Amino acid sequence: MSETTVDTSKRTWLITSGCVGAVGGVAVAVPFVSSFSPSERAKAAGAAVEVDIGAIKPGEKLTVEWRGKPVWIVRRTPEQLEALKKVEGQLADPESKRNPAELTPDYARNQARSIKPEFFVGVGICSHLGCSPSDKFQMGPQASLPDDWQGGFFCPCHGSTFDMAGRVYKNKPAPDNLEVPPHMYLSDTRLLIGEDTKA
Amino acid sequence: MAEFKEISADAPMSEKALTWIDNRFPLSKLYKEHLSEYYAPKNFNFFYFFGALSLLVLVIQIVTGIFLVMHYKPDAALAFASVEYIMRDVPYGWLIRYMHSTGASAFFVVVYLHMFRGLIYGSFRKPRELVWLFGCAIFLALMGEAFMGYLLPWGQMSYWGAQVIVNLFSAIPLIGPDLALLIRGDYVVGDATLNRFFAFHVIAVPLVLLGLVVAHIIALHEVGSNNPDGVEIKAHKDEKGRPLDGIPFHPYYTVHDIVGVTGFLLVFCAIVFFAPELGGYFLEYNNFIPADPLKTPLHIAPVWYFTPYYSMLRAITGEMMYALIACVLVAAYLGATRAKISNTLKAAVIGSAVVGVALMLAIDAKFWGVVVMGGAVVILFFLPWLDKCEVKSIRYRPDWHVYLYAIFVVNFFVLGYLGIQPPSSIGERVSQLGTLYYFGFFLLMPWWTTLGQTKPVPDRVNFVAH
Repeated sequence: MSETTVDTSKRTWLITSGCVGAVGGVAVAVPFVSSFSPSERAKAAGAAVEVDIGAIKPGEKLTVEWRGKPVWIVRRTPEQLEALKKVEGQLADPESKRNPAELTPDYARNQARSIKPEFFVGVGICSHLGCSPSDKFQMGPQASLPDDWQGGFFCPCHGSTFDMAGRVYKNKPAPDNLEVPPHMYLSDTRLLIGEDTKA
Repeated sequence: MAEFKEISADAPMSEKALTWIDNRFPLSKLYKEHLSEYYAPKNFNFFYFFGALSLLVLVIQIVTGIFLVMHYKPDAALAFASVEYIMRDVPYGWLIRYMHSTGASAFFVVVYLHMFRGLIYGSFRKPRELVWLFGCAIFLALMGEAFMGYLLPWGQMSYWGAQVIVNLFSAIPLIGPDLALLIRGDYVVGDATLNRFFAFHVIAVPLVLLGLVVAHIIALHEVGSNNPDGVEIKAHKDEKGRPLDGIPFHPYYTVHDIVGVTGFLLVFCAIVFFAPELGGYFLEYNNFIPADPLKTPLHIAPVWYFTPYYSMLRAITGEMMYALIACVLVAAYLGATRAKISNTLKAAVIGSAVVGVALMLAIDAKFWGVVVMGGAVVILFFLPWLDKCEVKSIRYRPDWHVYLYAIFVVNFFVLGYLGIQPPSSIGERVSQLGTLYYFGFFLLMPWWTTLGQTKPVPDRVNFVAH
């Protein structure tokens, strides 16, 4: 066997057909990998949600589900709104400048991160690793929080803290503020989450 | 190719049958190579039970898993209830499920001890590098298997644990968010995720795992087992070519391993029957609450076997990045001034350090946390080329090497403990030190393993007959 010379023309065609076969193999992988992406049904499930916010009292929070995520509607008290100014120095991104296209629609790019200062609408998913932060609305010293706590949210997974407008504090694992979903008011008490006037 | 063997017509039936098979399939040959004529060193100690035991646990997991799949429903709306149905209504379903859940933790107990054995006796050293690499790949597959299996009961911990780990991938720059979407198959962990994790857990990963186990054993039987003295028994053979310090695996080590199996099953059964949740460590209490995408449990922690790595993930904060940058700069400085390498290599060292530091400053700490967590497992693959000590076994290394190993083990436990605890500022500092020690232990190995006076290695293994 070893003394027979290599037939280069055969070898060339063997390599060529091997390469063509490899291309075919990669092409076959495409449908399989594509099948991992969200199905048409999952994509269609992202419809907007209408909520009646008339019954929320100041200082209360309502959670609704939109695209499988918790969306919070918090009616803030005047003290809580006042506190938003005090904490600005301790925040990582007080003016919502990071990734504004994904996180904060133009109409919420203000201190209260909302259309109506009283109502905060935000996706309750921590920008670190996707846990849902818990409510820590009470001001003052308490477990896991600084003594000058001004009210906000605390993520139990890795200890990130957010103010009452979902703005993240500095030096925390979470890099970004909480996402404000597209939303609009249909009337004074009816809120539509998932769509805004632009759409 | 073996010659076709004829046998006399008046040979016993059993011998005829065996010859018939051997002429068509190498049954006797395999039996000899892997059992009756596989010579293992005679000085195996306690730590050598864990290879056989991990095989036993693999069998337990496969058998109990098959029976669980007969009753389980991989559907977000039905999964939690179907597990409760197994626990309450299926005859002996509780036993099968507890065997499977305890088996998962037992798997990691025996595998960690098995890896520790390899670490201290130098079983990863030449010529056993591939045995070690296949073993590391098994460990990686096992981690994937455990993680995906943990989602299936669809409890709060299942759900939020998967949410956190899948989101780790979204920290990768550029491709991250799309990759996380591809893994979940939906915008949040949901029915699609549960279904695909089920497919991976019950078929894809187990197939890979079985293949790797076969490769691990074939590689081991090719080079032969190491032993606590770290000397090669093949160096001294009798006139028939059998190692003088070796004994046939069967019957000596098969009988020996039955003792280990008995001890193991005693503990295993005690846990299955008396403490299947093991105080919340084997089955977390929050996982008895159905998954609720709107509410994260107040404290989430992975199951105990992942907590050392989880601690390292949490240790990487914005502040820790400065410590890591300092480490990179010191390493580059030493590389450029002290290492005996060519000037081009030195320039490459400095260049890559500059690029590394720039990336470390540019990308979020969150991403580097993921890199560190992954690196903690990946670094194990490089162990055969990091350890430069002239002796294999810890028995003949300088005494202070033993202390470094001891601190490594304690450090691993401390990291594991901190990973279970809620985040705290002291815990964060300790886990940062622990992370530095873990990586320092491995990355500085080429340096520290060459230091110190090793003890004389015996020619033959140490063995005292009982």
